Amino acid sequence: MTYTTHADLGGRLRLGPVVQDANRSVFHSEWESRVLAMTLAMGATGRWNIDMARAARETLPDYLDLSYYEIWLGGLERLLVAKGLVTAEELADGRASHPPKPFDGILMADKVSAKLAKGAPTARTPTAPARYRLGQTVVTRAAPVDHHTRLPAYLRGRTGIIDRIHGCHVFADSHAQGLGEDPQWLYTVVFDARELWGSEAAPGHRVSFDAWQPYLEPS
Amino acid sequence: MAHDHDHADHDDHKLHNDHSELSEVERRVRALESVLTQKGYVDPAALDVLIDTYQTKIGPRNGARVVARAWVDPAYRDRLLRDATAAIAELGYMGRQGEHMIALQNTPGRHNIVVCTLCSCYPWPVLGLPPVWYKSAPYRSRVVKDPRGVLRDFGVTLPAETEIRVWDSTAEVRYLVIPERPAGTDDLDEAALCALVTRDSMIGTGLARPPAEAT
Repeated sequence: MTYTTHADLGGRLRLGPVVQDANRSVFHSEWESRVLAMTLAMGATGRWNIDMARAARETLPDYLDLSYYEIWLGGLERLLVAKGLVTAEELADGRASHPPKPFDGILMADKVSAKLAKGAPTARTPTAPARYRLGQTVVTRAAPVDHHTRLPAYLRGRTGIIDRIHGCHVFADSHAQGLGEDPQWLYTVVFDARELWGSEAAPGHRVSFDAWQPYLEPS
Repeated sequence: MAHDHDHADHDDHKLHNDHSELSEVERRVRALESVLTQKGYVDPAALDVLIDTYQTKIGPRNGARVVARAWVDPAYRDRLLRDATAAIAELGYMGRQGEHMIALQNTPGRHNIVVCTLCSCYPWPVLGLPPVWYKSAPYRSRVVKDPRGVLRDFGVTLPAETEIRVWDSTAEVRYLVIPERPAGTDDLDEAALCALVTRDSMIGTGLARPPAEAT
């Protein structure tokens, strides 16, 4: 395996209690707000997609040691360098020493509101009928994959039930690898917690996730 | 030895330069913004608008309005449960990280909790940016395995017979929990009900406030 995510945390760690923050403000430092804004502004230019951005963040080697906006900062720096938009040297110097790449689609201040309101819907017109129906029993893919995926490790190789059908959506695994949108049927699959955690799980506890069709096999 | 000496000089120099009061991460962020601005890749005014939007315009008061409307208007609640994206847009909330919304109704027998174990997916148009704990490793790792333990961390205890459903937001569908309407609120109007709807109650780690606690 050459692709390693450090962000796949479901059920894997016991890191103590969830600590609520006494500081209720949206940003805890000014730099956090600048990182958020730069990430959104650069994302809006379409030089990469949201799945590529998630891949850039989750593969940061020190992911678990970083704060949330440090992760976003590291991800943004990586994407900018990988796309040839800035150099590592420029980031170190804080000064542009190479001419900019030809660039359109810059997010201007007067377009922010409309851009956010539009969002980036991922639903696409189906070209084939859904393979699974509501209530059908399915098994999730057991094998790990060597690229970005949205099938969490704790849900691999588990038996669940199709609970909702959301239509066809841009397939994150393909999209993150630059292989196009590759729309696939998207379902909510629900599991009894005992299927995931064994007999220690409490009765009446269920877990669901949103699964693209390639993650599933018939039971 | 000469190498060590060079290092010492360098460190001395750092202590006296203009940015010595900045942390390393602040220095990186400033450097990044300078480069992006000099290259013309970002409009600095757009960055300010983005920050202001998520500090003052888009936050959990939006979601509270959706919930309060659902509590007082059964026809709206039905539309919300059938097509949440459209029903939420009726109140003017839409767009980034809320393109495909699902509303989850809590009932006396069933409690819903939302998480994103893989990153930090969260319904921005109705709840704003997620709190630090929602993005933290303890929440993301534990809530799918021990939701009652996590609820205890939030001071919430549910009856043993209540079913708990944890929704892991792994695609671009975003979930909004409709908490149960507190008892003793029959006389309250929509605006007063809004004040009872907490952010955490719309994630599922809290309950709506009883009316005496409203401020």
